[in-house]
Amino acid sequence: MVSLWFPRLPSERVLRARPIEAPFALTHRQSNTERVYCLNEQAEKQGLKKGVGLGEARVLCPGLQTSGAEPLADARFMQVLARWAGQYCPWVGIEEDGLALDISGSAHLRGGESPLLADMEDRLRRAGLSHRAGLADTRGAAWALARNGGGIAPPGDALSRLAPLPITALRLPPAACNSLQRLGIRTVRDLANLPRSTLTRRFGAEVLLRLDQALGAIPEPVSPLPPPTPFAFRMTLPEPIGLLADVSAGLERLLAQLCNRLEAREMGARKLVFTARRVDQASVQAEVRLARPMRDTARIARLFERGLEALEAGYGIDQIRLEAVEVEKLPLRQISTYSAARIDGLADIITRLGNRIGLENITRYLPADSHLPEKSFSIVPAAYSEATSTGWASSTPRPFLIFPAEPIAAGGPVLPKRFRWRRLWFRVAEAIGPERIAPEWWFDHPDWRSGVRDYWRVLTHEGRRLWLFFTPQNPGWFVQGEFS
Amino acid sequence: MASLRSAARVTRAAQALELGFRCRHNWPMPECLHTFFPLSPGRAHEAQGSGAAFFALAACANQPKPSLWINESWQAERLHPAGITPILSPDHLLFANTQNQADSLAAAEEALRSAAFSVVVTQLSQPLTLFTGRRLQLAAKAGETTGIFLIPEGAGSHAAETRWHCAPHFSPDDSTLHRWKLIKNKSGTLTEWVTRWDEQTRGIIVVSEAAERAGAARPPD
Repeated sequence: MVSLWFPRLPSERVLRARPIEAPFALTHRQSNTERVYCLNEQAEKQGLKKGVGLGEARVLCPGLQTSGAEPLADARFMQVLARWAGQYCPWVGIEEDGLALDISGSAHLRGGESPLLADMEDRLRRAGLSHRAGLADTRGAAWALARNGGGIAPPGDALSRLAPLPITALRLPPAACNSLQRLGIRTVRDLANLPRSTLTRRFGAEVLLRLDQALGAIPEPVSPLPPPTPFAFRMTLPEPIGLLADVSAGLERLLAQLCNRLEAREMGARKLVFTARRVDQASVQAEVRLARPMRDTARIARLFERGLEALEAGYGIDQIRLEAVEVEKLPLRQISTYSAARIDGLADIITRLGNRIGLENITRYLPADSHLPEKSFSIVPAAYSEATSTGWASSTPRPFLIFPAEPIAAGGPVLPKRFRWRRLWFRVAEAIGPERIAPEWWFDHPDWRSGVRDYWRVLTHEGRRLWLFFTPQNPGWFVQGEFS
Repeated sequence: MASLRSAARVTRAAQALELGFRCRHNWPMPECLHTFFPLSPGRAHEAQGSGAAFFALAACANQPKPSLWINESWQAERLHPAGITPILSPDHLLFANTQNQADSLAAAEEALRSAAFSVVVTQLSQPLTLFTGRRLQLAAKAGETTGIFLIPEGAGSHAAETRWHCAPHFSPDDSTLHRWKLIKNKSGTLTEWVTRWDEQTRGIIVVSEAAERAGAARPPD
């Protein structure tokens, strides 16, 4: 097992992009105070420590340069390091401020344990990352060595190296550490010499568990990272390109690879992102969200046309990358001529329209179980639903147009003979009703707070056939729909 | 030019005869509604007036492919699925909600060109220019799709194939009548009809004028 510890990873990540030869600190806001989050080596030499307030740090070290901490970017950088460490062994896990590598069985590929460690340290040093590496039989022992100067523990005898180390090297909970130190137990040797039964009774199981893990009595495997997303391909170009035809040709090559892999895994892409990195290190993106999972090279390429046209090539593009960000299962299917082409055509146009006005703005109606007219249907994105032809029947006639209730000036429970609506006068020729609809008491609908409604179908001399209602509990007349 | 137009009219009348469309007056004249009403595909049409939505809905009925309605999202008037079921099944309709008219027109052009829909209905709030109208006309032709634009009165473009003024029509006997008036027609005369949706045949039929002549005697109850 190898444990790598990066004591100053966040600040070194920032300094890799803009090297400075001065005390430098990352700060973050903690309970309304700016506190030091990470320091570089020079700042540490000036006597600064993590966690002190920024004001205090400036007093101690007047030339201090600072910047804001970005824990998310640090986590991403750690992922990058974990991927890099994959060259030494496949089992790489991320732990706090470091990595754990299970190199058993793969050390001989690098000529043994110490050449492997030397190679690793050499590369990290060249990358400008300060680190400590510990190599031992167990993960706990390697962790302890890495945090206490680094080194290699002889196989089968971790205790000989661990014995002089302080008990904090055992990943004990801080409370247990404090109590042990207060009892005078300061090193791992002291702890290992204590009788086990009393130790458990006094400090719980965790202390012995950590000790046993470090000494190899209890196994502790490394849980490796999930394999990186397999639905991404990239292409680096020898010369920068800028013409639309060239970029499309590149995209098509990547798409062909991507679709092959999608097909091999019986998946379909739902959202694709095409990233073009320009010579000036900026990158531009085109995104396509598909109405149906799809893996058809030609069709997807056509859907990308509009996005590619909008890309700004700048001084030229020298790397392109295509990733299927969202994938869904798309099993292999018997090809049939029946309606497949039409469904595909519809899905394509939904995708095209969706990329212009938003995929959630292409909707369809689905029936809903409610007798309130506004809630008798639901509006759902067409890309994420299937059309149903059942459940629409209504026992009473319903208007074909519906709108939010518009009040008309009329008082009393009797239907007015004349009324004014949308700046027009209407004379009632015939009225059919009332049909009483009560609100759903188990659900608070803001439009229905005025209580029950008595609906009337009103035929006017002007021709329009309106759906009016009266609210007896809160007297008022409203127009809500129009019949065909 | 005039002779060309009349020739086209005669051809369309002949087509109507062959297809068996017949009005109540049993006389397949060019002025018969069915010469114009299953709106000619591959063209853009315009409808205005308070019955325009019904007109568009009737045009979407009995079509092999689904239809698309494009609305701006602030427009609160929506089709009510329970109410349109007698005319067409709500699963044949898709809706697009856009931010503004420019988006609506762009979406309409794309949808017309795609041939995935039978009818594309677009609700407009501002006048169409000749340039836009012509562009939409070309898109409709490319996709062989019928385009219907619901326009505010007087906001049409000269590029439209036909323009209709539609309004519900009052009659004491029948509460489902609509008066459809052709107010612009590139391939025929301007006529008007009183129509209604017939649930038996699931189609639009023309009601004879005599039935709703002023002062006509009501049939006995």
